[in-house]
Amino acid sequence: MIGYLVRRLLQAVLVVLGVILIMFLLIHVIPGGEARAVEGPRATLAQLRLFNKQNGLNLPLWDQFFRYIWNLSRFRLGDAPTYNLPVLTLIANRLPKTLILVGLSTLVALVVAIPLGVLQVVRRNKPIDYALTGVSFVMYAIPTFLLGTLLILWFAADLKVFPGEAPQGQSVLAILGDPRALVLPVLTLAAVTIASFSRYMRSSMMETMTEDYVRTARAKGAAPRRVMYVHALRNAIIPIVTLIGLSIGSIVSGAVITETVFNFPGMGKLAIDAAYRLDIPVLLGTTFVATVATVGGNLLSDILYAVVDPRIRYA
Amino acid sequence: MPESGDLERLGPPGLAGELPPSDVVSGTLAPIHEVASDLGPAAGGEAVSHGGAFRRILEVFLENRLAVVGLGIIVVMVLFCTIGPFFYSTNQTNAELALSTPLNAAPTGSHLLGTDDKGFDILGRLMYGGQRSLIVGFAAAIMATMFGVIYGAVAGFVGGAIDSILMRIVDILLSIPSLFLLIVLAVIFHTSLPLLIVVIAFVSWLIPARLIRGETLTLRVREYVQAVRVMGGSRTRIVGRHIIPNAIGTIVVNATFQVADAILLLAALGFLGLGVPLPQTDWGSMLSNGVNFAFDGYWWQIYPAGLCIVLVVVGFNFVGDALRDSLEVRLQRR
Repeated sequence: MIGYLVRRLLQAVLVVLGVILIMFLLIHVIPGGEARAVEGPRATLAQLRLFNKQNGLNLPLWDQFFRYIWNLSRFRLGDAPTYNLPVLTLIANRLPKTLILVGLSTLVALVVAIPLGVLQVVRRNKPIDYALTGVSFVMYAIPTFLLGTLLILWFAADLKVFPGEAPQGQSVLAILGDPRALVLPVLTLAAVTIASFSRYMRSSMMETMTEDYVRTARAKGAAPRRVMYVHALRNAIIPIVTLIGLSIGSIVSGAVITETVFNFPGMGKLAIDAAYRLDIPVLLGTTFVATVATVGGNLLSDILYAVVDPRIRYA
Repeated sequence: MPESGDLERLGPPGLAGELPPSDVVSGTLAPIHEVASDLGPAAGGEAVSHGGAFRRILEVFLENRLAVVGLGIIVVMVLFCTIGPFFYSTNQTNAELALSTPLNAAPTGSHLLGTDDKGFDILGRLMYGGQRSLIVGFAAAIMATMFGVIYGAVAGFVGGAIDSILMRIVDILLSIPSLFLLIVLAVIFHTSLPLLIVVIAFVSWLIPARLIRGETLTLRVREYVQAVRVMGGSRTRIVGRHIIPNAIGTIVVNATFQVADAILLLAALGFLGLGVPLPQTDWGSMLSNGVNFAFDGYWWQIYPAGLCIVLVVVGFNFVGDALRDSLEVRLQRR
């Protein structure tokens, strides 16, 4: 177990190092170089040279790479040229808001998807099962940005039940202070997750129902309800634990789109704004944070899986 | 065995069309593996399958009502975008259009789906933007599949340290959330249509590479591959004439889903304002433009573009699912 954890952790570190290398290479393939991107097309050669010297861009490539890693390891993500602020400050300001959005929507997804999956197994091959399968298929097919748009159109523009835009305050409290404004973004981000989680829950539950211990429980005369909710459900939830960790990458991508649709001042919106302003350091900084979150999620799900299910032995 | 996680990641829950068939309990991809690797002995050495097999695949495919619906949707949409403009010709390039056409006009006889804020006719724009969406979808999917297949086949066939290095690269790229990678690339290489294709292909080739590598690992130990090796066939010949053709089932099914995903990725980029530059457009950019007028009640700027995206994506997913099933059913009937 310990050996497995260590190996898995090393793997994750290697992946992060690889990502850093790729990001480093990306900076160096920017047409015209970073100096040109920051100083603008009208900068003189002398200005570019000065910029390169100040930022250590005239050093050998390998030297730059190690400096880059060293800085990243202390979360020094550089300065954002178009904001005149350190990238870390910008991200630290925006990240909590994204975490609220992602956390709430994942919570909603779990609370909705697990009962839905169970309901589909209880009523399997009945109309409700087919209907829910159909709905989740549609939820998959509708892209996040379209769903968000439709929700704004229906609930914000037509019915005027919820605001179509998130509050724009600097602090996290501004976001939490207006729960009604959170409804549509959270629903938008949760929709795809609900669809996939309920499908997995259904499959997982179906699989568990065929296990020997479920048959044993039935044979010894346990009530069908007890078999379903105590024996089967508990074991069927295990794969969902893994799924949460594995879904972080797609949820974070979904958050970028959701935040853009609802003008939600989170990290995803920061990345998109940086893209418009051609602010490469901010863009790479947010990408780095999103990647670390994804790798961490995968790592966590593997570890949790091994902890939750003692049958899993990793050689 | 950390691969268990990897297998599930092959069908990320966020991607469209990865719904497991209801009778398969877990691991959506397991059936594909079985199918394509069993195609081998049925078809024998070099040729993938003979005419009879193809006819049977087609038969099963056409029996599937959803497949026919999906194929129908795709054909109609392609025709709509390509020959539609000949029947409904509109000005989609002139920037001074605003002088001669009403802006944000509701649907009328002269503009069947109304106009947008720059005076472009929406129905004509759907055809025009659809061409870009479809071109990018097909081109990026073909490019990603070709590169991924060759990469995966080489990695799986060569094996050893090279395989490890090649697949670690795939792992690393897969761990960057695809939308972020896409945005970074779209910004660094300023967007134009050909570059968008390359950029979308760049984030899409990873899944086929993994699939084909897995497939190759099982194919390379087959008797007929051993036989070719004994007869002195070169590595290129083994990979090109035996391994890739025998994995064709997996490749085709995956490529179909790739088209849907590429269209979605382009739509997402367009929605984020990083799609093809004006006066060109794509469905995602049209939708993004329409959202600005959500509170003005200009529904014709939102629903048509959204409907087009969903229809095409659903169409490709239906076809992909049916292809998977027809390859599977063919196996059961044998």
